[in-house]
Amino acid sequence: MTDSSKVIEILKQIGEQIQMEKDFLTELDNVIGDGDHGINMARGFKEVEKKLADLSGKDIGSILKTVGMSLVSTVGGASGPLYGTAFMRAGVAVGAKTEIDGSDFIAALEAAIGGIEMRGKAHEGEKTMLDALIPALNAIKKSYAENNDFKAALAQGVEAAEKGVEYTKTIIATKGRASYLGERSLGHQDPGATSACLMLKVIDRML
Amino acid sequence: MKKLINSVDNVEQEMIVGMVKAYPNHVRKLDCGNVVVRAHKKEGKVALISGGGSGHEPAHGGYVGEGMLDCAVAGAVFTSPTPDQIYEGIKAIATDKGVLMVVKNYTGDVMNFEMAAEMAEADGVSVKYVVTNDDVAVKDSLYTTGRRGVAGTVFVHKIAGAKAETGADLDEVHRVAQKVVDNVRTMGMALTPCTVPAAGKPGFELGEDEMEIGIGIHGEPGTHREKIRSADEIVTMLLDKIVADIDYSGKEVAVMINGSGATPLMELFIANNKVHDYLTEKGIKIYKTFVGNYMTSIEMAGFSISLLRLDEELKELLDAKADTPAFKQ
Repeated sequence: MTDSSKVIEILKQIGEQIQMEKDFLTELDNVIGDGDHGINMARGFKEVEKKLADLSGKDIGSILKTVGMSLVSTVGGASGPLYGTAFMRAGVAVGAKTEIDGSDFIAALEAAIGGIEMRGKAHEGEKTMLDALIPALNAIKKSYAENNDFKAALAQGVEAAEKGVEYTKTIIATKGRASYLGERSLGHQDPGATSACLMLKVIDRML
Repeated sequence: MKKLINSVDNVEQEMIVGMVKAYPNHVRKLDCGNVVVRAHKKEGKVALISGGGSGHEPAHGGYVGEGMLDCAVAGAVFTSPTPDQIYEGIKAIATDKGVLMVVKNYTGDVMNFEMAAEMAEADGVSVKYVVTNDDVAVKDSLYTTGRRGVAGTVFVHKIAGAKAETGADLDEVHRVAQKVVDNVRTMGMALTPCTVPAAGKPGFELGEDEMEIGIGIHGEPGTHREKIRSADEIVTMLLDKIVADIDYSGKEVAVMINGSGATPLMELFIANNKVHDYLTEKGIKIYKTFVGNYMTSIEMAGFSISLLRLDEELKELLDAKADTPAFKQ
């Protein structure tokens, strides 16, 4: 399905997309949080981009782990440990492979989600990035099991993630700074779910 | 946005370096990251570390020194510092008596400090922590991450710091820190918003005649917004919420009137005038009052009131000597 150099390209694109959407993500966070999600993610992926140059030829596990470490040590806030742990866990799941297929991707995404749940002590339905990622994983798994076509499965996953982002508008936040708003968080989409969906969209577009 | 800065990327670092240049006898900066430690490391005591996003000056670097913190770690503006920075801080200050982390209850702060503690524990350092959660504006329930940690955190720095200075062990320092957490409550409000330098525009907007009640120290929304009222009415509104939360009747308290950054001392004293009358009427005895900018939110106008319920032990530790850039007695 994809190899190390493609993974590096995808990560570059994710970084570029984050820079482009920086103000939008910050704007979303202004309403229900403290208005720095875009700024922090952009800072983290700027660091990731610097590291990517040295990673060509490395195995995919090492690439993802390096991305995770860079995010943990530069993003700060809640997104740093959450996305950082997610990429590190995905890296561990992939291991020393230099080529991965659909089932490897699914295993990596599953591990990433497990990492976010562990680090954030969070579950689905709490208005977080998990509300985009878990439905996406479920949709990808189902479609891939039925048709064995990863590209089609990923498209289903993106659709589910987008629905998940919409769903975050309808629920009250119980995790993170938005939780302090209680019902006032209703009607607003979660910045974390939005950035998670954005990453899946880039992967979908690039494969 | 009008700000006295050079570039948004260097705000935090230039601020820390400038602070260290102002107080070289109190603090020094570590080479890695925006971490300040006591100029002269003291052995034989539990080491205290705290921190959080920048933008709350003089918190947290201003409280590093004798009788308070051994280390403060500053993240980007309003963003928790990262685990590797906190870990470097812990390594620099750790003694054989262990390290106490004072963490404000924000998801990001808790996660980053926890990760740093895991790293330090792997090196054999004993680490314990308390999470401050004094803000009564937000609900505490099983379903939320709990209340925010705000200006009351400074009382934890002061009192746990004084306890550590006596040579008490980690369990004892932790117990006293938790006692302060259990007995301090805070509520704040804002008159004008603040601008995070990297965002370049205010995080929220308030009409000329509006105020936000229960605001957080990162300019995050409060409980509600309403038409502005007199200082006395605002003080009453905030205190009603605080005294309804835990029982202060017949107790002695320490009072902190904390400015958010753009509120003149004149207005803070006006607020304090009412605070004292209100508490006296309720039969709450004021032991000590602190008025000033202790935990700010960049240039937000507004203030918070903190009340700490005291007993003999806390009174003695509150009165103990402190010599830091922002807190001396």
